[in-house]
Amino acid sequence: MSGFSVTEPSKRQKWIAGILVITYAVVTLMPLLWIIATGFKSPEDSISYPPKVIFQPTLEGYVNLFTTQTRITPNMKDTLAEPDSWYEQIVRDKNMVIAGPSRYGQRFLNSVIIGFGSTFLSIFLGTLAAYAFSRFKVPIKDDLLFFILSTRMMPPIAVAIPIFLMYRQLGLSDTHLGMILLYTAVNLSLSVWLLKGFIDEIPLEYEEAALIDGYTRFQAFYKVVLPQAATGIASTAIFCLIFAWNEYAFAVLLTSGEAQTAPPFIPTIIGVGGQDWPAVAAGATIFLIPVMIFTIFLRKHLLRGITFGAVRK
Amino acid sequence: MAQIIIKNLRKDFGDFTAVKSSSFTIEDGEFFMLLGPSGCGKTTTLRMIAGLEMPTAGEVFIDGEEVSQKRASERDIAFVFQMFALYPHLNVQQNISYPLKSQGMPKAQIKVKVAEVAKILGIEHILNKPVGGLSGGDRQRVALGRAIVREPKAFMMDEPLGALDAEFREHMSQELRTLHDQMGATTVYVTHDQLEAMQMGDKIVVMNHGSVEQFGVPQDIYDWPATMFVANFIGSPSMNFLHFEGTVATGDTSISFDGQSFDIPAQLSTASGKLVMGVRPEHVVLQDDSAYRGEVTATEYLGTTQIVTLDTPNGILKARTPATQVANVGDTIGLDFNPRTITLFDETTGEALLSKANKGVLDHG
Repeated sequence: MSGFSVTEPSKRQKWIAGILVITYAVVTLMPLLWIIATGFKSPEDSISYPPKVIFQPTLEGYVNLFTTQTRITPNMKDTLAEPDSWYEQIVRDKNMVIAGPSRYGQRFLNSVIIGFGSTFLSIFLGTLAAYAFSRFKVPIKDDLLFFILSTRMMPPIAVAIPIFLMYRQLGLSDTHLGMILLYTAVNLSLSVWLLKGFIDEIPLEYEEAALIDGYTRFQAFYKVVLPQAATGIASTAIFCLIFAWNEYAFAVLLTSGEAQTAPPFIPTIIGVGGQDWPAVAAGATIFLIPVMIFTIFLRKHLLRGITFGAVRK
Repeated sequence: MAQIIIKNLRKDFGDFTAVKSSSFTIEDGEFFMLLGPSGCGKTTTLRMIAGLEMPTAGEVFIDGEEVSQKRASERDIAFVFQMFALYPHLNVQQNISYPLKSQGMPKAQIKVKVAEVAKILGIEHILNKPVGGLSGGDRQRVALGRAIVREPKAFMMDEPLGALDAEFREHMSQELRTLHDQMGATTVYVTHDQLEAMQMGDKIVVMNHGSVEQFGVPQDIYDWPATMFVANFIGSPSMNFLHFEGTVATGDTSISFDGQSFDIPAQLSTASGKLVMGVRPEHVVLQDDSAYRGEVTATEYLGTTQIVTLDTPNGILKARTPATQVANVGDTIGLDFNPRTITLFDETTGEALLSKANKGVLDHG
């Protein structure tokens, strides 16, 4: 028997493999589970030692996350009417009243606008550029592609100060447009290169067949090439969104109010009247959800093999 | 349906000339073969007719209209690709109806048309299947269906059988030919397989290094090759070349080398120096009383015939003889040639010398 032959693994081997996979999954999922659990703990439980695995779940963290609160004196408490909702009750039990909504919702919305906006723009521009590089005779094509790639060769934060000054001059500081443009610029090299690879793999004959069948070049592009490139577009979009969504350094530097995204905002929740870890954890948990949904939504496109067999190789 | 005229068509890719000034005419309804080895410019020529490449110079007339600078979509021709190029995200029915959709044909009418075509091709049962899982033959039929559904002026086919198994290719080539005869549409077909070209074509253009070597009906090209390239490329085994130094003059009806004299068709030109006598294997006669002799180096038994390979003073020679003829390796056998079928070539130019026998063929093209 040669060392490379494929054999059915024995029962023992399967057991070992299973244990390894489960161990790995537990190790990687642990911090995530910890964050989600902390979001449902009371502030006391969240800092108790030894840490509590079993605890009385509460939505206090989430209420704190979405509201601003004011302390009241016991006298004042008696004069107030009974709270008419479950979240007011939670706040009242701590001798507080809700003063208004917090800025988290707004920051979260900023993240959505900037994250998805820059992802859309990166994919839109990236697909067109990748198609052109893949299909047309572009003068100094290799140099241009290298130039595009070279923008990735240093950490973007190295140019943070010039960008900061430039943005201030141009009035792009703390604006949605400014952040969308910035993240698009950073992501574009990735999207052009990834998408060019995917489009290169689509045989030219499909477009030629469409041209012969009476379609224009642009129709051939969006009716034939785009559906073929769906896999590549989906995976590239996920990469772009994850970068824009998680980006912290530029967000701290360039946004402070209007266009501040969630990552620089979440840490600021700590510190107002004690360390409110459940509220931070709640903020982080909600922050995870959009990327998760987006990835699950595009998952079926990530499965390769849609084009398999249509062109004989 | 249309006549296609190619005039001085030329295509350069940078410094490389893929097609050098080709001219030929494809008559209405003809099954026309573009034949040549890979890299000879046959596919480029086809793509220029179809509008997938723009010629550097020259003209293409389809149905009397000059179209060389028009887009493929404006030429009303269909193209069958070697790799089929079925749209992988559409099913069979959608693939076939795609060209009709671009014309804006109403849905009901498209359905009728697709059903009609599916019936002709015998693919009604797979209309709703995705193209991914189809067999090679079915993919080929779908590709044909997509081509014929719009009733174009002409069909372009780029080695459409090249991706099929040898066994199935035979079957499909018959199907194609039958389909062509049914529809009577002008078809331009690219192949590197000389046998396929001879079997299927009404006419053949043989190309080499971007130039047209010869153009005519299969039998003329087989019997009276215009160049040594054509003689060598067509036929299996190919034409034998006996190399010698000598002189022929107009009116000569025999030629001699190595002290032997051979009858040849009456010559119409004069040449001297390095010459070649070309003779097809089936026109070599093994005959022991002949003074010109060769030594048998191999025999291949083919059932009713055999191929006998002989070493002669003027080069290797292959003879196709009845299988019953005795020829053993090591024997020295006398050889004779059927004089009516001999072509002489000038070895330096590679061109055939004009004789009374090949004049009719070589003059027209």
